[in-house]
Amino acid sequence: MAVTVKIPTQLRAAAGGAAEAEVEGTTVGEVLDALFEQFEELRDRISEDGGILRRFVNVYVGGEDIRFLDGLETPVDDGAEVTILPAVAGG
Amino acid sequence: MTAAEKLECRECGAEYPLEALYVCERCFGPLEVAYRREPIADLAGLKRRIQGGPQNIWRYSDFLPLAGGPPGPSSRLASRSGLPAGCTPLIRADRLAQRLGLGEVWVKNDAANPTHSFKDRVVSVAAARARELGYEVIACASTGNLANSVAAHGAALGMDSYVFIPADLEEPKVLATGVYGTHLVAVRGTYDDVNRLCTQISAEREWAFVNVNLRPYYAEGSKTLAFEIAEQLGWETPDRCVVPVASGSLYTKIAKGFEEWLELGLVTGDLPTMNGAQAQGCSPVATAFAAGHDVCRPVRPDTIAKSLAIGNPADGPYALDLARRTGGAIDAVSDDEIRAGIALLAQTTGIFTETAGGVTTAVLAKLAERGDIDPGERVVLFVTGEGLKTLDAVRGTFTTYEIDPSVEAFAAAAADAVSA
Repeated sequence: MAVTVKIPTQLRAAAGGAAEAEVEGTTVGEVLDALFEQFEELRDRISEDGGILRRFVNVYVGGEDIRFLDGLETPVDDGAEVTILPAVAGG
Repeated sequence: MTAAEKLECRECGAEYPLEALYVCERCFGPLEVAYRREPIADLAGLKRRIQGGPQNIWRYSDFLPLAGGPPGPSSRLASRSGLPAGCTPLIRADRLAQRLGLGEVWVKNDAANPTHSFKDRVVSVAAARARELGYEVIACASTGNLANSVAAHGAALGMDSYVFIPADLEEPKVLATGVYGTHLVAVRGTYDDVNRLCTQISAEREWAFVNVNLRPYYAEGSKTLAFEIAEQLGWETPDRCVVPVASGSLYTKIAKGFEEWLELGLVTGDLPTMNGAQAQGCSPVATAFAAGHDVCRPVRPDTIAKSLAIGNPADGPYALDLARRTGGAIDAVSDDEIRAGIALLAQTTGIFTETAGGVTTAVLAKLAERGDIDPGERVVLFVTGEGLKTLDAVRGTFTTYEIDPSVEAFAAAAADAVSA
């Protein structure tokens, strides 16, 4: 199943300049793993050992923060959009 | 002496130039301004220079991240440039202290800023830096107070502005933004939705979003609250501060301000015990503090304290760390306690605060009741915004006697009031 991942500007250098990527996966965790396989450099930037996301990374599925859903287990439908954004704005 | 030198990642220490950057590309951590400091030989001279500076935050420009010093034709005339913020009253609140059984309480009334909240401090710094970096448009994601400030600063500086707010914001805050002729965008969603949207838009437009891509500079403006309080207390730090927590930026930067001056030897005392205050309807930091966690789980806000309604606080981890290392705490109070806090402050000090000040006053009352505060402590209560912006919070909380214009009618009403 194809899912579009939106890559934030701060990570595009580590993704060959790409603003988005098409990957396969049925959960957020699978989608991110597939993304990391395409762009290995991204893995360390946003995740820690054990695959946990770093604490200043926000991930959204269809505009919803995955921490309000099932985290990395959140199901992702075919054609869905997964957005990665920095969590250090606002206030 | 001291000068902003670079941006530095708070997580991994990676260094960046002083540009419109806010995220570490290596680890996604937040960037913070780092200063080059040399020991100060003549502390008395520096104090005199500060005291002789303009009556606004630019008196502290040595400690703010502007390359060209204070804005304006000369530092002496800086008070005539833009929309000068700061130098707000620090008022000794003996009647409030007495009511709560405390020794010494001061109220820092930051409603006494040009747009009636502390946000004028942070926007002054961010807008000045935006100009230095060549931006022509300032923008923000706001819970209301920031909206007022960005719109007004845009008008004062002749910069175009875009202000994004949640569509359900209190009407006074919407009206007090639109009047400045800004581009006002009401987003159907929570503040966190607005913030996400602005993070995305900031990547697409050449705008200075004060609390997104300019956030490292913006946040530094909050240090001026600490500088002012220390100066107003005769170059001493207070023992305890009670500060509202939304994103955690204000709370942590006040401590940074005290730390910078303590390090220089410009003030005597210690880093104050830092108490954070949240509304129960949006208390991700207080919840994490109580649970012993070092990160916050986001929440969906539901509180009358809309100016603090950030469900996903960017500086949550640092706020938790600060509360713990200063022996403080992060507490949360209910909407009813917030209303009672607004009334308590108004009736003992004559200061009418918006809901965020009701939150801090209610938390102060809670700390006093819990016996957390020693009678010998000098406590500063932070009032960061004006009561006229959140009038709904006090509607129906008191009685008005409507009478015909006759002495008899008044006598009847007065008798009724006495028996009530």
